[in-house]
Amino acid sequence: MSAAEALTLEALKEGEEGIVTAISAPKPLRVRLLELGLLPGTRVRLLRRAPLGDPIEIEVRRTRLSLRKSDAARVFISIPKSQGASP
Amino acid sequence: MRIFRILLVGNPNSGKTTLFNLLTGLRARTGNYPGITVECRAARIEIDGILVELIDLPGTYSLSARSEEERIAIREILKNTPPSPDLALVIADATALERHLYLLVQVLETGLPSILCLNMMDEARAQGLKIDLATLEKSLGIPVVAIAARHGEGLEGLKQAIASSIRLGLPVPKDPPLTLHPRLEQALDRIEKAIDASLLPQRAGRARRALARWLLLSVGEDELSEIPPTLRALVASEEKQAFEDGLALDHALISARYAWIDTILKQALAPPSFHSSTTERIDRFLTHPLWGSLAFMTAMFFLFQMLFKGVEPIVSIIETLVSLTQSWLRHILPPGPLVELLANGVVAGVGNVLVFLPQIAFLSFFLAFLEDTGYLARVAFVIDRLMGAIGLHGRAFIPMLSGFACAVPAILSTRTIENRRDRLLVMLTIPLVSCSARLPVYLLVIGILFPPGTSVFGLEAGALLLFGMYALSILSALGAAYLLRHFLLRGPRPPFLLELPPYRWPDLRNLLRVVFDRSWAFVSNAGSLITAITVVLWALLHLPWNAERERWFEQRLAEAKVISDPFLRSERIDQLVRERAEERMESSFAGRLGQMIEPLIAPLGFDWKIGIGILASFAAREVLVSTLGIVYGAGEEAEAKDIQGRIRQSKRKDGRPALSALSGISLMVFYLFAAQCMSTVIMVFRESGSWRWALLMVAYMNSAAYLASLLVYQGGKLLGFE
Ligand SMILES: Nc1nc2c(ncn2[C@@H]2O[C@H](COP(=O)(O)OP(=O)(O)OP(=O)(O)O)[C@@H](O)[C@H]2O)c(=O)[nH]1
Ligand SMILES: [Mg+2]
Repeated sequence: MSAAEALTLEALKEGEEGIVTAISAPKPLRVRLLELGLLPGTRVRLLRRAPLGDPIEIEVRRTRLSLRKSDAARVFISIPKSQGASP
Repeated sequence: MRIFRILLVGNPNSGKTTLFNLLTGLRARTGNYPGITVECRAARIEIDGILVELIDLPGTYSLSARSEEERIAIREILKNTPPSPDLALVIADATALERHLYLLVQVLETGLPSILCLNMMDEARAQGLKIDLATLEKSLGIPVVAIAARHGEGLEGLKQAIASSIRLGLPVPKDPPLTLHPRLEQALDRIEKAIDASLLPQRAGRARRALARWLLLSVGEDELSEIPPTLRALVASEEKQAFEDGLALDHALISARYAWIDTILKQALAPPSFHSSTTERIDRFLTHPLWGSLAFMTAMFFLFQMLFKGVEPIVSIIETLVSLTQSWLRHILPPGPLVELLANGVVAGVGNVLVFLPQIAFLSFFLAFLEDTGYLARVAFVIDRLMGAIGLHGRAFIPMLSGFACAVPAILSTRTIENRRDRLLVMLTIPLVSCSARLPVYLLVIGILFPPGTSVFGLEAGALLLFGMYALSILSALGAAYLLRHFLLRGPRPPFLLELPPYRWPDLRNLLRVVFDRSWAFVSNAGSLITAITVVLWALLHLPWNAERERWFEQRLAEAKVISDPFLRSERIDQLVRERAEERMESSFAGRLGQMIEPLIAPLGFDWKIGIGILASFAAREVLVSTLGIVYGAGEEAEAKDIQGRIRQSKRKDGRPALSALSGISLMVFYLFAAQCMSTVIMVFRESGSWRWALLMVAYMNSAAYLASLLVYQGGKLLGFE
């Protein structure tokens, strides 16, 4: 696994965007995440972390979603080259 | 005349319930918290001369399911035994079609005639979204209508669309043209062939294929019953083989669906970049580490304060009304068992139901308010970390917190927890949280043992002990949650995937409706049982009626009433009333039972008088105070101070003090753990749907109470404290 691939949703900074590359989770969680639109190629943005650091809130497909850090760590992302040039 | 069945299908928070209420006028539950409609509601209405039945399904992001609750949607949609559905009204939030259309694709795959209803058009407009309805209709192949359910906008268009769809003979929608990987297609074919009649009797091709796709996404680490093992094995082996060839079947299917959605929306949607600046701004404050925590604590403190103090005036009005009714009955009826039964059994029983209403009404209003504004989801977001430590979901926080006031409204409020296992877990642990009815018990005992001024290490002994009780109660509730999660209610912890809806203004009518619904649910479900059990408890504490002794007391009382010295007269009357109450209680069934169980409770440091108190506490724990007042001869209406004084001076038969420090602490510990309050037990029975869970709770809490008290008393004795 290359260094770029090892980046996960959990590691994003507040306000930072990423593009989903893969999800590596047990089936129930994987299916849920995929069905909520976290598909490879989808743009996500970390909105904030909860006051106690966990869970996190992300924006995906025009909705706000909150998930635990341990689950977010299973979503691999890459950082798009053109930060800020989102549609 | 034929009735057409229409299913309301949609993501949580898409406005199904709002639309349902709008169409039917029968206002069901609506809220701004994902997944609130747990039950399915139905209502019949007429649309343009056609009789239809609307069914409000629980909100769901997808038809695929891991548990039986989640399976409701697919079950209703694929149902082919009458009454089977004729039409699906798929509600989607127009401001987030990129995600909301996913569910529609799944519905279309089943072949059920459908209409797409774009809701929240007001918000979409405000965000500057442009949706091309005609293009959407053409690509999806079904009618599309735009509405704003909350404002009643577009209702006529929707009704017309429904009526004309029915008049056109409910055309079957075209099959979504998904581009499936050939490998996936083969796997689905094989799964489809293996579906036998038990799962889907005689239903045509489209539904079967949809079911095969459903199985592919649902089976695996799930809790679905009724799926034949052979089918499970087949799905697993197909997945495994494909995976070895480098293809994840579930992923392939889901991305094919989204790919179609993205193509359609590219033509039909002119989206600006995501923005809901108001929500963003509010969230920056309400989930801020400092301000957010402060806001959170303020809200929770307000809830706490209201549950404890705010409802007090209303509770005391109810109590006054009850006691007025009781004295009125005593006034108009001759003394005897009948009037006692009516006044202390039936009227007190109804009173026992009514006193819960202020708290229930307030808590439901508060929760509905938080739900409708969108803050409830943030409460879960902020507190999930703490709750997660003991395997609970952030949503369990408010019900647990409310348990400090009273378990009955708290258990009712677990309805906001959608996962059944989590809900049961919370329901079974709430009663361990020290509710406000235990406080008088703690205070009574502490007052007996450590009169104000007693200090330990320079600290007030009573305060320390009270603090210890609350700390122990929190620890035991958390411990019980942990144990239940790991032994009894095991299973995959549902992932915390919570949508944070935009902040919205709540609708007052909706809030009041919720208050009414919840209060009514309590009165109609639990009311009669609580009243009945109060009557039974009254009988236990007052029967058998000894007519001879009663007459004797009446005569003595009549004699006392003519004593000329007013001081002597009232003293004599008081004494007689106290003695009568004491004698009645000691010779009652409960009194005898108390004496019978003495050997059982002696190892805990209790004598038979306390035994009666424990038995009487089944009505409500605070009844211990007045019961001890009676058995220790302080009278029925005595002040806590007098009761404490009496008990402090009383001796047991063997000359030991009635309540030593050690047995007092043991008694408090017993009350901390024991499941006594029958209203709570009835609530758990009603809300869990079976006596099994209620009895389990009674068994585990009371065993814990017995063991803990035994440990305290015997351990203390060993250490030489008595
Ligand atoms: N602005 C706006 N808000 C709406 C509209 N329709 C519903 N709402 C609000 O959206 C929130 C959710 O509505 P509900 O009707 O409870 O949604 P639901 O689909 O029944 O939700 P679940 O039962 O949780 O699945 C409520 O706060 C409604 O007031 C609308 O057309 N415009
Ligand atoms: Mg609803």
